[in-house]
Amino acid sequence: MITGTDRNLGKRRRKGQVSHAIFLAATMVGIVALSFLLGDVARKGIGWLDWQFLTSLPSRFPERSGISSALWGSIWLIGLTALFSLTIGVGTAIYLEEYARRGWLTRAIQTNISNLAGVPSIVYGILGLAAFVRAMSLGRSVMAGALTMTLLILPIIIVASQEAIRAVPRPLRDASFALGATRWQTVRRVVLPAAAPGILTGIILALARALGEAAPLIMIGALMFVPFVPTSPLDQFSVLPIQIFNWTARPQPEFRLIAAAAIIVLLVVLLMMNAAAVLLRNKYQKRAEE
Amino acid sequence: MSETYTVLETRGLSLWYSGFQALRDISLGIKSNQITAIIGPSGCGKSSYLRCFNRMNELITGARVGGKVLFHDEDVYSPEVDPTEIRYRIGMVFQKPNPFPKTVYENVAFGPRINGYDGDLDELVEGSLHRAALWDDVKDRLGESSAKLSGGQQQRLCIARALAVEPEVILMDEPCSALDPIATLAIEELMHELSQDYTIIIVTHNMQQAARVSDMAAFLMMGEDRAGFLVEYGPTEQLFTNPRDKRTEDYITGRFG
Repeated sequence: MITGTDRNLGKRRRKGQVSHAIFLAATMVGIVALSFLLGDVARKGIGWLDWQFLTSLPSRFPERSGISSALWGSIWLIGLTALFSLTIGVGTAIYLEEYARRGWLTRAIQTNISNLAGVPSIVYGILGLAAFVRAMSLGRSVMAGALTMTLLILPIIIVASQEAIRAVPRPLRDASFALGATRWQTVRRVVLPAAAPGILTGIILALARALGEAAPLIMIGALMFVPFVPTSPLDQFSVLPIQIFNWTARPQPEFRLIAAAAIIVLLVVLLMMNAAAVLLRNKYQKRAEE
Repeated sequence: MSETYTVLETRGLSLWYSGFQALRDISLGIKSNQITAIIGPSGCGKSSYLRCFNRMNELITGARVGGKVLFHDEDVYSPEVDPTEIRYRIGMVFQKPNPFPKTVYENVAFGPRINGYDGDLDELVEGSLHRAALWDDVKDRLGESSAKLSGGQQQRLCIARALAVEPEVILMDEPCSALDPIATLAIEELMHELSQDYTIIIVTHNMQQAARVSDMAAFLMMGEDRAGFLVEYGPTEQLFTNPRDKRTEDYITGRFG
């Protein structure tokens, strides 16, 4: 007999349905808020988004304003930050995972790196102002900004790279060592290729974060109004989030509309970076499996 | 077969992992061009012992070796010796097939490349695959991923990879434990052929396999403190038919382990 045993089934089923509804509602809060936000930005900004907007310098007049200086500033900043954080971050991760002796010093460094990931970005801005702008006299340059951003995202990149390196199966390293490979040969030819997808994903996601940061750059003195496109690492600069912040603070309502257009540009760049992360990861994964 | 001599020897070899003693005072000599089997119950330190010969244990944090390992009468652990040199001359095949996630060709070419081989690489790869009895299976698939091979083929690829650096000794750590009986048989036949040119030391928990393939056999056991020690070492036939030690007899007749 299948039916008839009363195991409180009705009540249990109701509980299941209620929890289902609660979790669905929780998910919907995020989705609704986000789509409202995106919808609002798109509605206001899309009309201002044209080639003129992308290629023009900022101006006192909203209809003549463009984001070319902020866009190029962001590209310069992210390019330099990628260069610095990749070399230093992956280098540190390799050292900590492959070379460092397991001892109290290594553990202390490790704990510090994890903690640094939680330090507010404005603090990195203060550090960047003292160290790069003043002490190294780089001024309010893209270089100083990129070095500050590098410090900001290094902990994320190091931890992500370490995890990717640690996930490389031990038997693969053993196979390499057993053939007479040195540690560097093993790292270079076995560990890094296998860890590359994870490392790349970590780097791109960290850079995406750097792209959206305004606070530390305002701290080091990135400019609000930059009527030129940076042409060298020592030029002054602005970036998209600062430009957006600047425009939203203006009294004329049109500036809020072009701020929305700039937000769309920023979002598109972010989406492109995330897509690149996924593509690169898939490509390397496929190559590893071939 | 040419005159055999002692290629490898351990003298009073002990091994510790961060304070825990894994091996105690093992002394035995390995003869050239023979297959030496190391047998014993699980956890007795067979694999750890094998990894002492090519200094693979030192890749594990906290591992420490006492006593001596002699390779052509030279101490493998003396400070002047570079471990990569030892591993280059003493090859190793692992328990689970562990080909690199690269092509068949690149797997075999890996060792020669990192060791700066400057001869004809294609020829060396083909020769190594021939000696590992894998050439006919893969000659049209050299550019394919090693992951596409069967388990038995992967293990033979790992053997070919080890052979490509032209070692004198090949250490095999339970090379058939992840393989089916047919693939196992193929590897065992291969070992017989290889013993013409190489000295082979094989760790196995499979008694029949040890009896089938080896010339010499060493029986290890775990002591009260879990440290492995040598019970008996001798010609395989004698060890299996007429063991000197009661514990060896108990083990091979299946009374424990």
